[in-house]
Amino acid sequence: MKVLVPVKRVIDYNVKVRVKADQSGVDLANVKMSMNPFDEIAVEEAVRLKEAGTATEVIAVSLGAEQNQETLRTALAMGADRAIHVVHDGELEPLMVAKMLAKIVEEETPDIVILGKQAIDDDANQTGQMLSGLLGWAQGTFVSKLELSDGGAKVTREVDAGLETVALKMPAIVTVDLRLNEPRYASLPNIMKARKKEIAKKTPADLGVDTTPRLNTIKVEEPPKRQGGIKVGSVSELVDKLHNDAGVI
Amino acid sequence: MAILVYAEHDNQELQSATLNAVTAANQMGGDVTILVAGSGCGSVADAAAKVAGVSRVLVADDAALGAQLAENVAPLIAGMASNYSHVVAAATTTGKNVMPRAAALLDTQQVSEITEVVSADTFVRPIYAGNAMATVQSTDAVKLVTVRSTSFDPAVEEGGSASVEAVSGAADSGLSTFEGAALSDNERPELTTARVVISGGRGMQSGDNFAMLEEVADILGAAVGASRAAVDAGYVPNDYQVGQTGKVVAPELYMAIGISGAIQHLAGMKDSKVIACINKDEEAPIFQVADFGLVADLFQAVPELKGELEGQGIQAR
Repeated sequence: MKVLVPVKRVIDYNVKVRVKADQSGVDLANVKMSMNPFDEIAVEEAVRLKEAGTATEVIAVSLGAEQNQETLRTALAMGADRAIHVVHDGELEPLMVAKMLAKIVEEETPDIVILGKQAIDDDANQTGQMLSGLLGWAQGTFVSKLELSDGGAKVTREVDAGLETVALKMPAIVTVDLRLNEPRYASLPNIMKARKKEIAKKTPADLGVDTTPRLNTIKVEEPPKRQGGIKVGSVSELVDKLHNDAGVI
Repeated sequence: MAILVYAEHDNQELQSATLNAVTAANQMGGDVTILVAGSGCGSVADAAAKVAGVSRVLVADDAALGAQLAENVAPLIAGMASNYSHVVAAATTTGKNVMPRAAALLDTQQVSEITEVVSADTFVRPIYAGNAMATVQSTDAVKLVTVRSTSFDPAVEEGGSASVEAVSGAADSGLSTFEGAALSDNERPELTTARVVISGGRGMQSGDNFAMLEEVADILGAAVGASRAAVDAGYVPNDYQVGQTGKVVAPELYMAIGISGAIQHLAGMKDSKVIACINKDEEAPIFQVADFGLVADLFQAVPELKGELEGQGIQAR
């Protein structure tokens, strides 16, 4: 079984985001970038499938600037076998990404594509579902448990009311939630080995996908700031403030 | 213009998130039609027809739609979308699952989880866990939009008299099968609509200790939530999680107990009207957003809080 894992390079989740003064976007200059945390979980799941003998090959894909190579090297160091880099400067909307991934799926014919459920930069939560729609494949989103058997996958999904179990026909798309697994740190020998693994390069034009944006970003602003409050000295003072001052209890 | 709102429901009841989506749709301007896709969902359609500001209800009642699997629902939405300027759904796990698939079928770039309608084609949405707000304009012919419920008042549930029409065209794709659900058996108010929310974090130290919060919640008529850390540690189920990737809440009062206040947690609760916190670490970032902060050991403070509320006869409103 072949597994495809798309990975996105995003601002590291620990970095405090700063909006640019001209409101054109978020300042990405000299900011630490990392693999989207949900995508790390996806890579981990794929590598575990390979270690369990279920998967034969794990292919990582990333779309974006030259530096996305670093993100792919991380995936390779975690255990992916090879990588594909679609080189593109500038923003890519989820629909374009899904279209390019659909082309790569046609070329690589994986049995399953495992993605993060959302990227922590645009918080769109769309790419996996869009890819499933374009391919006409089954989709299991927000997955906290994945079981593969002959010709099918069983997924446990984290939904608003609890958990849901859905059986998927293969090939299938799975988008992963936080509690599927805990991703490993790549070991130094594996980081060294990853340097020798192949990263094939492509362009959006190679894949025949138009990258004209559908959304115009008019402006990006800071959210309204919350006024800092006060510290109270005791539980009774807290209750007094909530009951008599704020009137919320 | 006509706007299609995808109803959030469980085949029995219309969920309140639909009412917030109707308000957002009305702000976009145009006749609002609600699509109820389900199985044996007649009572949902009746409830939808009574919602103020809705002119038409379309019911797709078919066994294939019972579990609202995206593979079966998305083609239905895509098939009717050309009659509308917008398709709107609540940004619930159902809306998030179904809408992008429909958007791909329509070759449309969805706008996710909007918090404000600027005009018929321009919307505000949070990015980077709400640390930035983007105003985006859609150039697609049919706009697909999901709505953050806490940012829009609910439409009035009564007073409308929309027509109810059956629609056909539903089919089972055969791609996926719903096998079952393990839903939280929770008597308390729902997290996303509760007037008061009391949440516990890693500081709670165990699932059993959440009983303390539940006792306070019962007095205040509050919902109980949790930080990601508490859910990851297995103290409480996933549906308790408040945050960037869990539920977004905006109650009158949010009480954070033993929660440090990681960025991704703040993203899910910082629009609450009043925030109170109890944490023994006075450097915890939660104090920077709390209106009222108490530096204390929660294992002493929470039972004391319960006693104080009982002593003063404070009850749920």
